[in-house]
Amino acid sequence: MSRKLHARRIEGIDKNIWVELTQLAADYKAVNLGQGFPDFSPPSFVQEAFCKALNEGFSMHQYTRAFGHPNLVKILAKFFSRIVGREIDPMEDILVSVGAYQALFCTFQALIDEGDEVIIVEPFFDCYQPMVMMAGGTAIYVPLKPVCCGPVLSSADWVLSPEELASKFSPRTKAIVINTPNNPLGKVYKRKELQMIAELCIKHDVICISDEVYEWLTYDGTKHVKIASLPGMWERTVTIGSAGKTFSATGWKVGWAMGSEHILKHLKTVHQNSVYHCATAAQEAVAVGFQREYDVFGTEESYFHQLPIHLHEKRLRLADCLKSVGLKPILPQGGYFMIGLATIPVSAFYSPEHRNEFQKYIRFCFVKEDSTLQAAEDILRQWSDGKLKKF
Amino acid sequence: MASIKHKNTKRIEGLDKNVWVAFTSVAADPSIVNLGQGYPDIPPPSYVKEGLAQAAMVDRLNQYTRGFGHPTLVKALSKVYGKVYDRQLDPFKEILVTVGGYGSLFSTMQALVEEGDEVIIIEPFFDCYVPMVKMAGGKPVLIPLRLKGSSGTASSVSSADWVLDQEELASKFNSKTKAIIINTPNNPIGKVSRSELQAIADLCIKHDTLCISDEVYEWLVYKGHEHVKIATLPGMWDRTITIGSAGKTFSVTGWKLGWSIGPEHLIKHLQTVMQNSLYTCPTPLQEAVGQGLLRDFELMGKPDCYFTSLALELEGKRDRMAAMLRQTGMTPVVPEGGYFMIADVTALNQDLSHMGDDEPYDYKFVKWMIKEKKLASIPVTAFVGEDSVKQFEKYIRLCFIKQESTLDAAEAILKSWNKD
Repeated sequence: MSRKLHARRIEGIDKNIWVELTQLAADYKAVNLGQGFPDFSPPSFVQEAFCKALNEGFSMHQYTRAFGHPNLVKILAKFFSRIVGREIDPMEDILVSVGAYQALFCTFQALIDEGDEVIIVEPFFDCYQPMVMMAGGTAIYVPLKPVCCGPVLSSADWVLSPEELASKFSPRTKAIVINTPNNPLGKVYKRKELQMIAELCIKHDVICISDEVYEWLTYDGTKHVKIASLPGMWERTVTIGSAGKTFSATGWKVGWAMGSEHILKHLKTVHQNSVYHCATAAQEAVAVGFQREYDVFGTEESYFHQLPIHLHEKRLRLADCLKSVGLKPILPQGGYFMIGLATIPVSAFYSPEHRNEFQKYIRFCFVKEDSTLQAAEDILRQWSDGKLKKF
Repeated sequence: MASIKHKNTKRIEGLDKNVWVAFTSVAADPSIVNLGQGYPDIPPPSYVKEGLAQAAMVDRLNQYTRGFGHPTLVKALSKVYGKVYDRQLDPFKEILVTVGGYGSLFSTMQALVEEGDEVIIIEPFFDCYVPMVKMAGGKPVLIPLRLKGSSGTASSVSSADWVLDQEELASKFNSKTKAIIINTPNNPIGKVSRSELQAIADLCIKHDTLCISDEVYEWLVYKGHEHVKIATLPGMWDRTITIGSAGKTFSVTGWKLGWSIGPEHLIKHLQTVMQNSLYTCPTPLQEAVGQGLLRDFELMGKPDCYFTSLALELEGKRDRMAAMLRQTGMTPVVPEGGYFMIADVTALNQDLSHMGDDEPYDYKFVKWMIKEKKLASIPVTAFVGEDSVKQFEKYIRLCFIKQESTLDAAEAILKSWNKD
C-alpha cells in the first residue's frame, strides 16, 4: 500500500522496554529478576476458587456484566468501603478492567484531551508517558530526589520538593499521576506528602490518578494511605488496583478503577467501546479471594498480612547480597522492586530531561522463589569475584 | 460540584449509549426466555474446560506471558490458519491476541483510523463498528444490504437474498476512504459473502483501501455454503486484517480472547496499540485455547472436529427456530452462517401505537414481546444508521445457540402466540 497507514496517535510509542528485555532474558536463559511477576504460585484459596468457578454452570464461560462481574464489584465495594471510610457503590463507583494497565488506559482516554497537561512523578511505571501521549496530552515531569544529607538507603529518603511540585501546576493541568507504593523505587508516600499533593489538586481543580497496585505490600510497619480518603479527594480521584499484584496472579489480568460515579462513567464509556467485557471465571475467583480476605482482614491468616512478611525476608536477602558485592541498594518501603543493580535500567522510568541523573541505578524484582534469589546471588558473587568473563 | 475538568473527552462524546445496556438487564429476569444477547447456554467442549483447569495448576501460567500473544496460542493459531489460508503465517509478527474479537476491532481502529479517514460499514452491522470508528476520529459511511426479489415463497427468505448494490457500493469509495469493514458470516443477518468479496476486493485495490474482515463466526457455516477469507483473494493479504474469536469458536464468550491476523506492516501497528492499552491477555485462558486449537487442528475436516460438529448441531437448531417462527406468522430470514436469525414481524400486524412514536417499531416490539410474551430478542435497527431505520424496523434478531430446553420454552411461547 502506498499511503501512510498508521494513525498519528501511535507515533513515538512503539518502542517498549519490556518487549525487548523479556525477549533477551528468554534468549539468554537469564535468571530473571527483571519483569515484575512472582515466580511462586498464587495462594491456594484463590487457585481453588478459579478451578471451582470453571466447573460451575455454563455462565462462568459466557459474558458477564460488562463493567464488572456482580460478585466481584460487590465485594470490592464492601472491602474498600471499610478502608476508605465511605459507602462505595458497586455498580456506579467501580469499573473492572483487564489488569490495572487497562484501567489506566481507560482513565487517560476518558479524561485527557489534546492540550491537557498531566503531571507525572518520576521515577514512573513506564506506561504512563506513552498513554498520556496517545491521548494527546502533554506529560510534565517532577522527580523524586534523594535528600542530600544522611545515608540514602531507604526509599523514604526520596522526596518531592513542594516548591518544585507546585511550580508544575498550570491552568492546563488536567491530572497528576501518583503511584504508591512506587514502582521502581518502592517509596510509600506518607500522609503529609499526600496531603500536600491533595491541597494542590484541590487548589488547581486537578484530577488525581492514584496507581495503588502494590497497596498490600508494605514493609517495616509502613502504612499505605489512600489519597482518595483525604478530605476533598474522593470526588477527584481515580484509584487503581490489581488482582494480579494482590493475589500474586499477574497472568489473570484483573484490575479495577474506583472513584466517584461522575468520573467513572467516562471510564465506562471507553471500556464499552474498547474491550467491553473482562473474562468471567477469573473475576469470580478474585471475588471469592476478596470475600475470604474480608472475613480474615487484620488477622494472621490474612494473605495481605502473610505476603509482605514472606517478601520482607526476600527483600533483606537481596539487599544484603547487593551490598556484599559492593552495590548500594535502596531499601524499598513497599512493592516488588529494589533499585540497585542488573536488570531493567531505571533511566526508562525517567523523562528524557532527567534521565542522565539516574542512569547508574538499575531495578531488581525480589518477588521470587528462594532458589531464584540464590541463583542471582551466585551470579553476582562470581561476577564480583571476577570469575565471569568481562564483556 | 460539576467541575468542567471532570467532563468526558471529545473522543467519547456521544458514545455512552448502547443497545445492550438497555436490554441485557431486562432479559436477566429468569422468567424470561432469552434469545437476545449472543452467547451460548450450551456448555463449551469438555477438553477446553479441562485445558483451563490444567493450565491454572501450572505456576508460570498464572503470571504474565508474552504481550502480543502467549507462544502456545500464537503457534497454534499459525498452524490452524496456515492451513486455512494455505500460507506460512509468522506467529510472532502476523498474529496479535486481543481481548475478544472486540479488542481486535478496537486495536485495528486505534492503530489505523484517524480524523479525516472515512470507513465504509455495511448495514446491518455489529453495533460497535460505528462508535469505534468515531472514537478513532473517523467518519462512518454506511451502505445497506438490500432484500432482492426472492424466487422463493414469501415465507422462505434466506440471508443470501440480502445483497449489496454494486454501483451503490462503488459510489461510497473515494480518496478519503481508509478502510471497509466486512463481517462474514454476518451478525445479525447471517449472510455468508462469497461472490461479493471479489467486487469488494477490486474496489479496495482500486482505491488503495484497507479491509477489516470480522470473521468471528467463520466456523459456523451451514450446508451448501462456504466461508471464504477475503485475505486469500489476489492483492488482498497485504491490505487486510482478519479477526477471529475463541469465544465464538469454542463457545466460551466469557473467556474474551480473539485475534487479528495480517501482514507484519499492519499488525505491528495493532501491537503498538496493544502494548499501550492493556499490554497482555490472561495467560491460563490463552494456554487452554492454544491446546484446544491444537487438538482440533488434528481433526480438521473430520466430523468430530469441534469446528464441524458445532456447525452441524447449530444447523438443526437453526431449522427448528425458523419453523417455530413461521408457525407464528413471522417471516424468518434463514441464515447461511452464524448463530443469529432475523425475522420479519410485519404479518403479525401488532398494534403498538399505545407505546408512543419516539422509537422505531422494532424497539417497541421487542419491549412489548419481553413484557407480554416473556421472550427476549434484539431490535435490528440497533445495527443500522438512521437513514436505514425504515428498511429494518420490522425485524427482530434471535439467537439460536441455545440448549433444547430453552428452544422448547421459546416454542411453547410461539405456539400459544395467537391464543391470548
